[in-house]
Amino acid sequence: MTNGGDALIRSLELEGVEIMFGLPGGAILPVYDPIITSSIRHVLVRHEQGAGHMAQGYAHATGKPGVAIVTSGPAATNMVTPLLDAYMDSVPMVCITGQVAYSAIGTDAFQEADTTGITMSATKHNFLVSDAADIPQTIHEAFHIATTGRPGPVLVDLPKNIVNPADPSSHFEWVEPTAPDLPGYNPTVEPDLDLIREAAAMISAAKRPVLYAGGGILKARGADALRELAELVGIPVVTTLMARGALPDSHELNLGMPGMHGNYTAVMSMQEADLLVALGSRFDDRVTGKLDGFAPDAKIIHVDIDPAELGKVRRADIGIQADVRLAMEALISAIGSTNQADRSAWRSHLSGYQEKFPLVYEDSAPGDALKPQFVLERLRDGSPEDTIVTSGVGQHQMWASQHWNFEHPYTWINSGGLGTMGFSIPAAIGAKAGMPDRTVWAVDGDGCFQMTAQELVTASMERIPIKVALLNNGYLGMVKQWQEMFYDERYSEVYLSPDLPDYKMWAEAMGCHAIRVESPEEVDAAIAEANEVNDRPVVVEFRTDPREKVFPMVAAGATNSELMVDPSQTDKLPGGGH
Amino acid sequence: MSDRFHTVVCKVENKAGVLARVAGLFARRGFNIESLAVAPTDDDAFSRITFVVDVESAPLEQVVKQLDKLINVVDIRQLDPTTAIQREFMMITVDVAPDDRQPVFDLAEEYVAEVLDTGANDMMISLSDTPARVDEFEERLRPFGISQIQRTGTVGMAKLQP
Repeated sequence: MTNGGDALIRSLELEGVEIMFGLPGGAILPVYDPIITSSIRHVLVRHEQGAGHMAQGYAHATGKPGVAIVTSGPAATNMVTPLLDAYMDSVPMVCITGQVAYSAIGTDAFQEADTTGITMSATKHNFLVSDAADIPQTIHEAFHIATTGRPGPVLVDLPKNIVNPADPSSHFEWVEPTAPDLPGYNPTVEPDLDLIREAAAMISAAKRPVLYAGGGILKARGADALRELAELVGIPVVTTLMARGALPDSHELNLGMPGMHGNYTAVMSMQEADLLVALGSRFDDRVTGKLDGFAPDAKIIHVDIDPAELGKVRRADIGIQADVRLAMEALISAIGSTNQADRSAWRSHLSGYQEKFPLVYEDSAPGDALKPQFVLERLRDGSPEDTIVTSGVGQHQMWASQHWNFEHPYTWINSGGLGTMGFSIPAAIGAKAGMPDRTVWAVDGDGCFQMTAQELVTASMERIPIKVALLNNGYLGMVKQWQEMFYDERYSEVYLSPDLPDYKMWAEAMGCHAIRVESPEEVDAAIAEANEVNDRPVVVEFRTDPREKVFPMVAAGATNSELMVDPSQTDKLPGGGH
Repeated sequence: MSDRFHTVVCKVENKAGVLARVAGLFARRGFNIESLAVAPTDDDAFSRITFVVDVESAPLEQVVKQLDKLINVVDIRQLDPTTAIQREFMMITVDVAPDDRQPVFDLAEEYVAEVLDTGANDMMISLSDTPARVDEFEERLRPFGISQIQRTGTVGMAKLQP
């Protein structure tokens, strides 16, 4: 005989789980007893949201599903944000929540929440288990659903009675799980070869094509195939916010990030293209800008494992439902040595844009405040090439994505779809826990830092030595930027103060090594010092210039052709600029 | 029914919460479900949900794809009204005194409706027919005074091959 609690932990071990992130409480208590003797490492977080983002960071960095485990009620509601974040960004994750006893469900019991109801639209799927004997099979199916097809979060809600050995309803005879019995779930992964041949012909004939590479390529472990495809046909690639690192930034065909804060060349390549080959990307509004004016001359080939993405935003001339890696491999064989249209003019046209509109910022004059872009460039150059970078959401996120050189896949972890402030620190902890030999830098803003900084206590206690580059400009910077540009500089509720809290003291109080940097001359030494510390987390607080704005920028409601470049480049725009 | 009404038939796993998942996808987009019918199939493991929604075709296409993504949805199809047979069942009570009932009996006969019960001052009638015919029957009974009405929601099947 076994009981539901033991069976849960055994089921997780059978799925190969090495680490989980969680926080115990009443309803999940019985499950925490067998954790003491389990081979699975448990990381005790300080807030359940942290557990969820850590599981996401772990999953992003390792490719393995992240696991979070928390109790019922408020713990489950605290998990809603990471679940939705993982759903939007297709992160494989399994979340175990405690629930009140089955007989108490619906009675407003202590710490009761309708967890499966609340998370229905925030998960790929969820389960409420009513019978202890269903636990092994349910856990097996949860991992299957989370990791196959379009990956995503799956939640398993476990009433206390079925996991509590003191309750007879938790007892059952262990049965090994069998192949998942999910008659409604059969993700198509193999591409239709007729469509692949049509796509191959369309690609080969295109004069101004662009490969529009999205996060799906990373989920499909397709970075090698992307590179091979791009080189075979000599077509430039844009890598979206979720695909940074899918092709090395130093690759001559990589134009970098498109979209609202993309660089000029990447944005305009899509606007002027005659063919967009969307590979695991979803025509997100942050990429397309005003849809009516997006890539007006482009035909569309759209490859996605999720059929609901095909035609959702932009009609595809050829829509291919498939695993994007398999589809790219099929395209490579179908194209083979097919003659490619002459694209030298297209490539040199784009190189002209690259020369004319590089990413720029104005260096600080002596005695001036530190520029955040400068900090990121120095951090990039002072850290190992395979450093994993995580970020929160806002200006610092865009600067990090713009100014880092991502040379390897799975080195950039951020909250793309949901845009969750506070993502950076817990995601970095999850990534570092999964990849302990890599340097992990969490790039954060002061607004984000204050949302999840308490997880640095977790990092100190658990000896997960992440590094935090806190770009402290004393403001909710991105909101301030919008108020400056679109609300007549009327600043409403965006000032945070650079001095309150005292970030250095706070970091030290949480067991971190802390450094404060106020001038450009101190930057390199601080970064070197931080990269030397490996026995505890490090927080480097960079006091940055609050006047700095993120450029280029497509204003909300504008088309991508109305991209605003850095003010110093405006006079180079066709027609003298917008 | 206008062109905006579409009939969608889902075969789903017969499990708790499935109807909420399906209905939730409509609710999220603010689509109103016009009618809904749920019943088990010949196999206990599955149920069939038939719903009629009031929505333009393009957004419906997207919802149908999203519905198909639900793990518990096994099969989903839109019924093309030109190639489907659809039926709805209605029970209706009209206020009509015994002396005035002949026109109601005549109407029931015309629609092949069934008189289920008669009371001191009212009659209960049922009709199973296409939703349009059920609408029409209801309208023609209205002048007599309708006191209660219940309709089941549409169910349908594709026409057989000739």
